[in-house]
Amino acid sequence: MITPAKTLPKPLGHRAALDLNLWIDRLLPLVGVILLFSVWWLIAVSGWVSPVLLPTPWATLQTLVSAVFTGTMLTSFTATVVRTFQAFVLAAVIGVPLGVALGSSERVYRSVEFLIDFFRSTPASALIPMFILFFGVSDISKVVIAAFSALLLILFNSAYGVMNAKRSRILAAKVMGANRWQVFKDVLLWESMPQTFIGLRSGISIALVIVIVAEMFIGTQQGLGKRIIDAQQILNVKDMYASILMTGLLGYSLNMLFLMFEKRVIHWSGK
Amino acid sequence: MFKLGLPQTIAPPENCIQIEGLSKSFGDQVLYDNFDLTLPGDKFVSIFGPNGCGKSTLINMISGLIPFDSGRISINGKPIRRSRIGYVFQNYRDSLFPWMTAFDNIAYPLQVKGMKAKECHEIVENLIKTFDIRLDLTRYPYSFSGGQQQLISILRALVADPEVLFLDEPFSALDFETTLFVRDKLQEIFMTAKLPMVMVVHNLEEAVYLADTVLLLSKRPTHLVAEVNFEAPRPRTPDTLSSPEFVQISRQCLDIFQEEMRK
Repeated sequence: MITPAKTLPKPLGHRAALDLNLWIDRLLPLVGVILLFSVWWLIAVSGWVSPVLLPTPWATLQTLVSAVFTGTMLTSFTATVVRTFQAFVLAAVIGVPLGVALGSSERVYRSVEFLIDFFRSTPASALIPMFILFFGVSDISKVVIAAFSALLLILFNSAYGVMNAKRSRILAAKVMGANRWQVFKDVLLWESMPQTFIGLRSGISIALVIVIVAEMFIGTQQGLGKRIIDAQQILNVKDMYASILMTGLLGYSLNMLFLMFEKRVIHWSGK
Repeated sequence: MFKLGLPQTIAPPENCIQIEGLSKSFGDQVLYDNFDLTLPGDKFVSIFGPNGCGKSTLINMISGLIPFDSGRISINGKPIRRSRIGYVFQNYRDSLFPWMTAFDNIAYPLQVKGMKAKECHEIVENLIKTFDIRLDLTRYPYSFSGGQQQLISILRALVADPEVLFLDEPFSALDFETTLFVRDKLQEIFMTAKLPMVMVVHNLEEAVYLADTVLLLSKRPTHLVAEVNFEAPRPRTPDTLSSPEFVQISRQCLDIFQEEMRK
């Protein structure tokens, strides 16, 4: 790297500047994080807020790391992840085929549209007591209610994906001799996929939200929601903030995971 | 006929497309009222007319994409349901399937017929060789230029050995340079395949350049104003554009068109 710099100082200097710019651009997302932690730290050390309520970011991160490596954080984390995925899979397995089926007949969809929109607009947390009545305070209850709220999102996105399929592609398939079933499986299903993936991504997010709420409300042995509320009850604020950070990390990673998966599968999106 | 391994058309009759008493209205707008038309079986026909006269609607009805109110359309003596039709859409971007590779797109009409993968492959390979297509067809459609994508659409429309090929303004989504490329390739395909082609265009020069016959349509309700033949030898080149015959025929078409617009 140094030898060519002597013979070709100018281009390398130019490229080094470019590289530096590229690096700065890549680090930009960190600016907000640093800002948040600075403000948090300032408030914590200034004495405006009692240290009982707000530990420093450093202390919180230390608690998080030690809880992950030596404590029970991973057990809580795993319990929440398992419930979220159970709910998500349940919702996806029912929601995608049902949504695609409803979407392929606009008249059928219109006849259930009100129901879907109504329950989609009802906060799923409002239904928790009802689900407890039916399924008790077991694990099933938490999974079912999370699945229910994810289901509606997934279903209506898949249905809209099918309904908004490009008409010219359907016509193209028809003129090439495709029958109704072939149009469905070769065109409609694929056309709906970008929208279906949006539904799946929002579905897993809402499933996580509801699982956390259900863990707090219904109670459980393990789970991040349970951990947050327990820590708060005994004023173990460091663990509460650490668990909140962990939940945020989980939500963010799930979203990124789905975005990456989406980009690979729906390679044609936006092109 | 180029050999594609499919059953060939048995001695194409003189007249390929026959339309009798065709009527079509959109709401209370009468588009076609008792419209008759006969198209030859070995010619390149361009359809030209004023905006909104239903040029595209006409080929959409002939190819069975949209229904008509009354009348009869037959292709090689058969109802359109039972004939093999190739159709090239105006917008290649919205008619190719972006989730399939270019190769699979071209093979799709064969796959729909339930043909085995190996046989599909052979026919597509054969087609590519016949028309000297040098594209990496393992790529997805969106990775090609507009002209190449339209060429892929044309190949897809040809693969199942159609009795007639319809083209709906195939150049209108392309820039000038790629239009020239696709136009020349289309002429090459027409000369090799000896397959009747019916093309809707909105540019008179475009209409005349490739055509054996230019059909000039009227304003609504649409009827045939004139059928102008252009007999310049093929392959036609940029020189054709400045030949006296081309200038004379274009002039004639323009005069007829302008007179029709004054009515």
